[in-house]
Amino acid sequence: MGMEPRMWRELGLSDDEFQRVVDTIGREPTPTELAMFSVEWSEHCGYPRSRTLLALFPKTGKYASRVQGEDAGGIEVAPGLTVLFKMESHNHPSQVEPFQGAATGVGGIIRDIFTMGARPIAVLNPLRFGDLDEPLARYLLRGVVNGISFYGNCLGVPTIGGELQFEEPYKGNCLVNVMAIGVVETDKIATSRAVGEDNPVIVVGNSTGRDGIGGASILASHEFGEDEEKRPTVQIGDPFTEKCLIEACLEALETGAIVGMKDMGAAGLTCTTCEMSAAGEHGMDIDLRKVPRREADMEPWEMMMSESQERMLIVAEKDREQEVLGIFAKWGLNAVVVGRVTTDGVLRVRDDGEVVAEVDAAALASPPVYQLPAEEPGYYRKNQAVDFADLPVPEDMTAVLRELLASPSIASARWVYEQYDHMVQTNTVVAPGGDAAVLQIKDYRQGIAVTTDGNGRYCYLDPYLGAQLVLAEAARNLVCVGAEPAGVTDCLNFGNPEKPDRFWQFKRCVEGLADACRDFGLPVVSGNVSFYNETPDTAVYPTPVLGVLGVLQDVRRHCTAGFKRADDVVLLIGDTREDLGGTEYLKRMHKRVEGRPPALDLDFEKKVQGVCLEAVREGLAASAHDCSDGGLAVALAESCIFGNIGARIALGDHASDVRLDARLFGESPSRIILSVRRENADRVKDMASRAKVPIAVLGEVGGDQLVIEADGGRQIATKVAEMEKIWREAIPLLMQQ
Amino acid sequence: MSTAAKLRYGVVVFPGTNCDTDTWHALHDVMEAPVDYIWHEDTDLDGFDCVILPGGFSYGDYLRTGAVARFSPVMNCVVDFAGKGGLVLGICNGFQILLEAGLLPGAMMRNVGQTFVCKYVNLRVESTDTPYTRAMARGAVLRIPIAHGEGNYHADETTLSELKRNDQIVFRYCTPEGEIAPEANPNGSLDNIAGICNRERNVMGMMPHPERCTDALLGSSDGRLVWESLLGAS
Amino acid sequence: MAKARVVITLKETIMDAQGQTVEKALHNLGYGNVRNLRIGKFIEMDLDGTAREGLQSRVDEMCRKLLANPIIEDFQVEIEQ
Repeated sequence: MGMEPRMWRELGLSDDEFQRVVDTIGREPTPTELAMFSVEWSEHCGYPRSRTLLALFPKTGKYASRVQGEDAGGIEVAPGLTVLFKMESHNHPSQVEPFQGAATGVGGIIRDIFTMGARPIAVLNPLRFGDLDEPLARYLLRGVVNGISFYGNCLGVPTIGGELQFEEPYKGNCLVNVMAIGVVETDKIATSRAVGEDNPVIVVGNSTGRDGIGGASILASHEFGEDEEKRPTVQIGDPFTEKCLIEACLEALETGAIVGMKDMGAAGLTCTTCEMSAAGEHGMDIDLRKVPRREADMEPWEMMMSESQERMLIVAEKDREQEVLGIFAKWGLNAVVVGRVTTDGVLRVRDDGEVVAEVDAAALASPPVYQLPAEEPGYYRKNQAVDFADLPVPEDMTAVLRELLASPSIASARWVYEQYDHMVQTNTVVAPGGDAAVLQIKDYRQGIAVTTDGNGRYCYLDPYLGAQLVLAEAARNLVCVGAEPAGVTDCLNFGNPEKPDRFWQFKRCVEGLADACRDFGLPVVSGNVSFYNETPDTAVYPTPVLGVLGVLQDVRRHCTAGFKRADDVVLLIGDTREDLGGTEYLKRMHKRVEGRPPALDLDFEKKVQGVCLEAVREGLAASAHDCSDGGLAVALAESCIFGNIGARIALGDHASDVRLDARLFGESPSRIILSVRRENADRVKDMASRAKVPIAVLGEVGGDQLVIEADGGRQIATKVAEMEKIWREAIPLLMQQ
Repeated sequence: MSTAAKLRYGVVVFPGTNCDTDTWHALHDVMEAPVDYIWHEDTDLDGFDCVILPGGFSYGDYLRTGAVARFSPVMNCVVDFAGKGGLVLGICNGFQILLEAGLLPGAMMRNVGQTFVCKYVNLRVESTDTPYTRAMARGAVLRIPIAHGEGNYHADETTLSELKRNDQIVFRYCTPEGEIAPEANPNGSLDNIAGICNRERNVMGMMPHPERCTDALLGSSDGRLVWESLLGAS
Repeated sequence: MAKARVVITLKETIMDAQGQTVEKALHNLGYGNVRNLRIGKFIEMDLDGTAREGLQSRVDEMCRKLLANPIIEDFQVEIEQ
């Protein structure tokens, strides 16, 4: 078949890229080769448009990190013990088919973990949709939660956290990010290098079908017509097979007969074969006819592009195939030798013996890198000048508090996480619903804490600062449970990078994040970029989502966010300023999304976090909870709700020069509410003053109401039971419609 | 027969089982009891005193939960083993498999709320006349978590009468005060039934997960009482 | 070669919560005249071999043994030769 421009263009390759392919291989590509280049060099496989900026992220920190070129990275949490983690997106598939989109998202990220020899121990799901008042958002939320539940529960991997945010810009492009964590002995981490001449190349798992091929019909050697419908545009997940795959792969790795292993995600066979070869500086010769297929008449280019789920590629030691194949047979899984490793660095693909593709693996695995133009958009500067002098201060602060507690982005997410098995594997020490989840690692004193965070509004208003605020908040959440932040994974969700204003948002977010991570000493061990999250009408808010992992030296020394006992003293470390820009309060009560996000002083943030961590480690904190969405009043309300007990608060001198609504609901960062036994209060005050961190006594725990006095009056008075009801019922009531 | 202190446990593993290691850990590490895994194709249960069918999604819960697992080679042995008086405990998916295999009467259906539910529930101990509950007090309220999408127990009227008459209902979902109320029922289960035993009292099935609350670090240690009851069995 | 089609439904006496939920959803979409919605399973299989008699009872047996749970489900078998 001669190559025509419409062929490569329909596959997503530009004319320049096509020319580059021709230059790379010295001739025009075969149809199969064209398909392979088109997927390997696509944005979601090759990261051509983001790679340069992603190189800004730091890769080292206090805890030894492993980040080099594998599917996931991680940190050593104890000598010889590594925790691997990674976050990925499945945004577009979930908007199309929320159940399967989310389910296969879980499947994919988990494969990235066990392909490295780690047992998957947890999943977290930050989710973002349009306003929950709208049927579409409810439909998507229901489908996505069902999908995650369906897949994760069946796998026996607990879903221990995540977030829910509802903002209009996500309406046509939901964000479904999935993070997975695994544990492995450092010296047993498996790699994905194909090495060793004649070593067998083995395909294991589900058979290959036409999943995910979608718009590549241009290559069909026959007309499709009504057959077009037979191509599933959505991948279908099979968690039972994946569960068996987890067990079989981990068992097979124990034999020592496996040289390299890689999971087939985006670009399936193409990605695994060329990347394993390139990583190992070897080549492969495979015959597609040997690969188990769902439909008999699949063509070579379809086999190479297929995104059928639950498949892995394994390179084993020559003469030890049987050991490996036997284990997969025991678990009822396909396992077939489809080729051999070669030494010429060439990826040779055959169809029943006949060569249909022959390319240098390293060249295929090296997509072009693009520097895209970035241009600060007009709205940014205008927004920086916005102030709130004309913003009226509400009369009834109790009503405002109730309204915020009912906001779906703040309200209880129990409706969601009770559909997830969050206890399987019996490691969950602090369950979902708090600042961060805490997991024990059996046989170790250490534990890990993990949280995900993102704030699209802040990042839209000020990408650089917004991204830093997100990192600061995630780290703050971790110290509240008693963990020291240790490593970061990121999922960067943005619009179309070819638009200079969107690319500017991306660039500034990455720069902000890189600087903040460096400042905190946190390596970014892994991550994912999702571009093109936009419709003709809107783009999503630029939304970098972070998964941050922390280490507890002694998992039993952890802390939770609810007040514990009457007469405990309520302390606030940190400072409150007039920080109304981009807040939930401003959006919900005044219908405005504008202004500068709260200013952040990284040094001050670190000091505040240090005091909290010390207090928790010394066993002095009865509770610890940071102020974030909804500010101080919401954080106090949450601590009352979680603890099922009231508090009598008087703001007194604290930030007395700040307008009342900002004092109560503004979102100044670097603030943590601690409650401590009365006899311990002085010790905690000393810790704060040694660190030169302001600390205020706000009041005491007790009673059945939350009462907040300020400016000479009782500004908030409401029964805990009432607040709890509003907070608990907000999402279920909406979902019942 | 083992000594009273050291029952030997076997934890059966089907493809898709996922609470096997949790159960093994609760017994081996927390209760310090001898325990081995039993692969679903094994047909030798010699030396075991108590066989546990743990939770999970055996065979993906395809067709009906437990429907395929009940035909695994090991299940014939489990039926024989139970017939000879061996102790058999089914937890969650294990309970579902025991129902499909006919070792316990009734059937399990989808939760009435249509979704999977994972949370702590309160159970009232209805019978202490079983090897699994003799260390408990009749009427006591335990806090044990559930995690299932198909825990809606069903039996016809005749079966239900028999269960009541023979003291075969072991646990019921209840309020924290021990009241059997509809709002305490998480899945629509008939008569708030959470666990039952056979007439001979050697086979028990329960939907909640005692292995998840054996170690207090995880939120409750009421699950220990099941193992402690068994420790006294011989 | 013959084809068997099996339809499995919950027994009439069993409450079909899924069916009720779906019926309500249809009502919400404006299909107010829908009643008695029940949800079941459909199984289809090819049967190799030559024995033409006894196919019905063989498939019935499959249903009783595995495909349906007689405590809560009924089944109907249709054979097409």
